Amino acid sequence: MDIQTQTLCYHCGDLCLTENLKQDEKNFCCSGCLNVYSILSNGGLNNYYKLNLHPGDSQDKVIGKFGYLDNQEIAAKLIHYADAQKITVTFYIPSIHCSSCIWLLEHLNTIDSAIQENRVDFLKKQVYIQFNPQQTSLKNIAELLTNIGYEPLISLQDVVNKDVAKKDNLIPKIAVAGFCFGNAMLLSFPAYFGLSASDAQFGKVFSLLSLLFCLPSVFYSGWDYFKRAYQSLKQKNLNIDFPLALGIAVLLIRTLSDFTFNTGDGFADSLTGLVFFLLIGKFVQQKTYHHLSFERDYRSFFPVAVDVFEEDGSTKPVALEKLKEGDRILVKSLEIIPADAILLKGDALIDFSFVTGESQAIEKVLGEIIYAGGRQTAGSLELEVVRLVSQSYLTGLWNNEAFQKINTNKTKTFVTQVSHYFSLVLLVLATSTLLFWLPQNWQTGLNAFTAILIIACPCALALSTPFTMGAALSIFDKNKFYLKNTDVVEEMAAVDTIVFDKTGTVTHSEGNNIAFKGLLNLKEKEIIYSVCKNSIHPLSRKICDFLSPIKTLKVQGYQEHLGTGISAFCDDKKILIGNANLVMDGGLLITNAPQVHVSIDDNYIGYFEIRQQLRPGLKNTLNQLNNTYRTFLISGDKPQNSTDLNNCFKNNSDLYFNQSPQNKLDFIDYQQQQDKKVLMLGDGLNDAGALKKSNVGIAVTDNINNFTPGSDAILDGQSLTLLPNFLSFAKSTVKIIHLSFCIAVCYNIVGISFALQGKLSPLIAAILMPVSTVTIIAFTSFATHFSAKKHKLKL
Amino acid sequence: MTIIFFLIACSVILALIFLGAFFWAHNTGQNKDLYTPSVRILFDDELLGEEEEKRKPQI
Repeated sequence: MDIQTQTLCYHCGDLCLTENLKQDEKNFCCSGCLNVYSILSNGGLNNYYKLNLHPGDSQDKVIGKFGYLDNQEIAAKLIHYADAQKITVTFYIPSIHCSSCIWLLEHLNTIDSAIQENRVDFLKKQVYIQFNPQQTSLKNIAELLTNIGYEPLISLQDVVNKDVAKKDNLIPKIAVAGFCFGNAMLLSFPAYFGLSASDAQFGKVFSLLSLLFCLPSVFYSGWDYFKRAYQSLKQKNLNIDFPLALGIAVLLIRTLSDFTFNTGDGFADSLTGLVFFLLIGKFVQQKTYHHLSFERDYRSFFPVAVDVFEEDGSTKPVALEKLKEGDRILVKSLEIIPADAILLKGDALIDFSFVTGESQAIEKVLGEIIYAGGRQTAGSLELEVVRLVSQSYLTGLWNNEAFQKINTNKTKTFVTQVSHYFSLVLLVLATSTLLFWLPQNWQTGLNAFTAILIIACPCALALSTPFTMGAALSIFDKNKFYLKNTDVVEEMAAVDTIVFDKTGTVTHSEGNNIAFKGLLNLKEKEIIYSVCKNSIHPLSRKICDFLSPIKTLKVQGYQEHLGTGISAFCDDKKILIGNANLVMDGGLLITNAPQVHVSIDDNYIGYFEIRQQLRPGLKNTLNQLNNTYRTFLISGDKPQNSTDLNNCFKNNSDLYFNQSPQNKLDFIDYQQQQDKKVLMLGDGLNDAGALKKSNVGIAVTDNINNFTPGSDAILDGQSLTLLPNFLSFAKSTVKIIHLSFCIAVCYNIVGISFALQGKLSPLIAAILMPVSTVTIIAFTSFATHFSAKKHKLKL
Repeated sequence: MTIIFFLIACSVILALIFLGAFFWAHNTGQNKDLYTPSVRILFDDELLGEEEEKRKPQI
């Protein structure tokens, strides 16, 4: 056997299986990559390959068709602006990943001069294009992008981030708060250092100016705190915003009265500082993943348009929501069935793995109903729609109540729980101090009353959660675990039950375990490899991967039989590779795993068995989890390779098979009724209900850009083995918040002891607040990083 | 010492100008994409070697 040196594709860096695809002395793995290279080199865009080594994405995949973009109605949904001279549009392109991508996509006009302007937003993976509609069309642009290897993802649910200004406008608010804080602080210094009697006139002006700086700080930057405090009052549950708003208001009133009655220097610097720090805390807590969406539903999984047969037999693309009952539709190979439909024509071999969790493609006969969401894996199909998209079997799940109402059984966060009592204690303390002083000296009483509200204003408390959580989120992020928001961390810490989905979660969606049952000599291996290499069918590719690297022989009379297999002549022998029907005229053992049978010259020589492979390290992970958590497996699949899985879970009865999406949801519901906090890991649409219902729903995916159902967090499949670490890290994070709360309370007690005596000077407030804030920030970030290290997470 | 009134006025106005500049930058979308420009600025017009430059087709 001759040993081949490994050649890597010049475009994408994949291993080249053939030497035939060459241009300019460069090797390519597939015609797609070669094609991209020739387009780019003809356009003078070779710089693309200079910026990074193998910058392209493998083109070895099926490419979508964009015929529907000529349909005005559909196109109008994507276009931002259109007139006779220009059209602007933003595409979401998942394959943007390096600087070469940016360079190439911003030099598109060297290929197509109709493109007037284009700009890439790397983090959002979006490209903004402005083009001349008289010279080209939206469809051509989409096809150009696809041809150079950047296929835009267009789906029903808008994947493009609209550039609408965020509602809360946090950044301008921080800018204003920072401006006011800086100026007010400068103006307060003279008062603290003492002004001589001759300079008293300055003091008055400084106070006035500081007071003016307070106004935008309170009424623009800090206004949200009042709004939320009012809401919380209406709901009769005092949240953290209530004492904060109270503190801000009292600070402003004290500053005003000090100025008007000339009773002191006011608290302008504390007030502006408080607002500034609070907003910074909010900013740290916000973490946006531009390229991820946690709210996706079935619409982003389905295609935008379907080919519908006209009266005369031709097809026309129609927007999915315009699809009517009785329409006859064409579904090509590897497309998704968009609506529940009856099979009229064609060999249906549908892969429902995403909908039901069943990993094996299912054959359907003419006249049978095919549920929406399956992916056709054989040839083209003709179908008649029987139910609208919105009413189909799969989408019906979204009508479940779990999707209708906001989940109320989520646990309250620590801060919400604490701040309710905190506010009550604060109010009682302040009023009783006032009542205590009133008979003796009403002025001291009022002083003490306001001083308590000022000093107890839970700035440090309000900051402890955002800073801890912000640090925790970025640590999770570095370990490829993306959380929707900070509340999820606390939910995770409370979890006691973990439910796994099987297909795609516990098992690899890609890496299958393949084995040949029978005996193969080298010659036969070469023959099978050479024949399978011609096919793009996923099973053929797996066989090729399994057998390679090996010599390629010449193949003649190659024929692909849709849905059954391939036949060919190679080395003067007749080869049949395919399912039992093709190779040995049907009727043989039905087993769990997919099989590919082989016969050479009508001699049956054996079959390839393709088993789903458990993720590496999974067993270890589950053993760790079993110590502290109840673990379950719930799968839409038939029971198979159970021995491997049984070893991972505590009891066989913890494994549930043949579960419908509704069953999964009910299972979670049942657990929750037993007062369990459930964490669910899933990947497909079939898990969407359960993910939504559970306390923490984690979508597991091998490619972050792929579709993931709506969830609380998205986990990269590689990091699944880190799950025990994530969970215990979440627990320590909550502990850190508790500790920093204790620190904050200590500062408050010190402050209140001053306040009770009515002795709180602006200087003490001005020192105490920043010191407590800095302590909290330093403690939380240090402790979070320390505990991440302890839990062996990447920093 | 009354000069201090003038100085304070100057400093506040200067700070307001900076605040205004920040708002202008924010509203024109300069904060929207903080990553891509950092890559874009590093692209030289020509990365091709000299010899390949000769082969470069006319556009």
